[in-house]
Amino acid sequence: MSFALRRNKTTSDTPDTESKIRIRTIETIDVTVMIGSAISAFALSQLLYETILPVSGALGFLLTWYVFFIAISWLAVREIRGTVRAKDHLARVAVWTGASLAIIPLVLVVLYVIGKGYHSLRPQFFSQDQRYVGALSDSTEGGGAHAIIGTLQQVGIASLIAVPLGITTAVYMNEVKGRLAKPLRTVVDAMSAVPSIVAGLFIYAAWILALGNQQTGLAGSLALSVLFLPTVTRTAEVVLRLVPGGLREASLALGGTEWRTTSRVVLPTSRSGLVTAVILGVARVIGETAPLILTVGGAFIMNWNPLAGKQDSLPFFVFRLIRFPQEAQIARAWTGALVLLILVLVLFVIARAIGGRGPDNISRLKKRRLKRKGLA
Amino acid sequence: MALIGGFLLYRGIDALRISGWGFITESQWAPDMGGAFGIASLLPYTFSIAFVALFIAVPISIATALFITEYAPRRIRRFLTATIDLLAAVPSLIYGLWGLFYLQPRIITLSKWLADNLGFVPFFKVNDDFGTSLGVFPSSTFVAGVIVSLMVIPICTSVMREVFGQAPPGEREGAMALGGTRWGVVRDVVLPFGQGGIIGGSMLGLGRALGETIAVTLIISPSFDAKWSIVEQGSNSIAALIALKFSESTETGISALMAAGLALFIITLLVNTAASSVVNRSRSGSATEI
Repeated sequence: MSFALRRNKTTSDTPDTESKIRIRTIETIDVTVMIGSAISAFALSQLLYETILPVSGALGFLLTWYVFFIAISWLAVREIRGTVRAKDHLARVAVWTGASLAIIPLVLVVLYVIGKGYHSLRPQFFSQDQRYVGALSDSTEGGGAHAIIGTLQQVGIASLIAVPLGITTAVYMNEVKGRLAKPLRTVVDAMSAVPSIVAGLFIYAAWILALGNQQTGLAGSLALSVLFLPTVTRTAEVVLRLVPGGLREASLALGGTEWRTTSRVVLPTSRSGLVTAVILGVARVIGETAPLILTVGGAFIMNWNPLAGKQDSLPFFVFRLIRFPQEAQIARAWTGALVLLILVLVLFVIARAIGGRGPDNISRLKKRRLKRKGLA
Repeated sequence: MALIGGFLLYRGIDALRISGWGFITESQWAPDMGGAFGIASLLPYTFSIAFVALFIAVPISIATALFITEYAPRRIRRFLTATIDLLAAVPSLIYGLWGLFYLQPRIITLSKWLADNLGFVPFFKVNDDFGTSLGVFPSSTFVAGVIVSLMVIPICTSVMREVFGQAPPGEREGAMALGGTRWGVVRDVVLPFGQGGIIGGSMLGLGRALGETIAVTLIISPSFDAKWSIVEQGSNSIAALIALKFSESTETGISALMAAGLALFIITLLVNTAASSVVNRSRSGSATEI
């Protein structure tokens, strides 16, 4: 597709070619047919669904409208453009429908969580724990600071373990290309298949039961790093693969060793992509609940030490409180969910902002730095 | 990997020794009282939740992936890709909460409609003496499957999008040049080329759906009698069972849960290995050059 468009553009620059054929033209008649079909389908379903049939309801009405819209617009397109174009039109409508069905739930989820959670979102949610909170006290009392701190510590430790290990593995698979690269890739692929609850069970069996440790924040972060490692490795590998081979060859041709090529050329080139890989991994892991149920223990008071004593985490906090019968506890859980969602969204936006461009684009900051050195 | 399997086996072996082959054939779960336990009812439930999820997610994913690669204007293409990635980043806990409080009260009317009008199909039949009141429909396999499908869609979509995007431009242009419509190009070039991606992506989604824990735990009310109906109350899954029973289990119980976890681990491992081999075989290895 992109090829065709580009070629058209270059040829149309020369004067003696025919007028450019645009593939994505939308003609007035197409738009008119769409709008007309929508209106007549609305009228028809109003008549049939609301007046004649003994049923009512918003969902049913929308469905009838949709079905009528498809039928009417299909007939109209077939009249004007013929059967082939009508089939094309049907496929287009189906694809649009599917895509919007995928997007709508996301919007609904975000709006719903915001609507449920913001009532009890007060500054003290970030500064207090649940120490003086009873089941019947107001939902604005106390907060989830202990859970937020727990989550941050657990995810932090998990990334300290998983990020260096993951990037080293990716470098091994993509740059060193040793004899173990292929089996390693299979193992990483298989590891990303581990269900989160199984990762929790594994840490519970290996770290808590076999080695005799307690349920702590550290145990939780170990479980998280089991899930984190394959995500980071896979994305980092994809990013490393995007580094143009010419750069590597140039470095090697200048007499650089493999290590210098990797550390001075490949890794700096893919830095923004690697940061994105890490942040996306964090965003995935920060909402994991299942492994933490088995490993961190859960607590209602602040525990700053991830190495000893039970700790809480934000998802686990939400999961526990939502199952209480009291309204106030459920409201607290929704606030926790909102904070969690905000954390994920913020991380995601940061990741996009950093990693949105490819390795050949240089950020504004970098450009300034290069200019100072007189390089660009 | 071997460590994970090994430790689960090591901890679960006690329970397996007690239950013997009953672990596969027994449908009750009462290891703590010295009773019988097994995954005979859990497996069908786990798979039926996953299949409901795939049944919804696969067509939507194919449509979304086609939309992104073929239909969407270039400007919103990147935005859509980011949105799908975001869909994958939203924690499953939040989907579960939304499903429990928002979707479930609304979707059970659909369940009721299915039971009333399609009741002759065993999946939608409801065995209730009081007729089909709305009360029998919450916490069912169907509701859990719908929620899980939300988590499967981004995975399937991103795999399919990648494979569809690699359809050879020459063949596409050829189809266009022969006067084909966009649907013609999709049907004769993109879909045949992306077959492996569709199958592989769906299987990756299956692996994810089988292991999904928290959302299922929140939605279902545990049941240990396998039944055909997917709209009727009561369902289960291995992962949800582990999350629910873990805190109240004694030593034998935890060992039994470990064995169940091992079973889940083996199943997802098989599914995902098969999936990634299908996807990898369909992918052409092109390297970027300056």
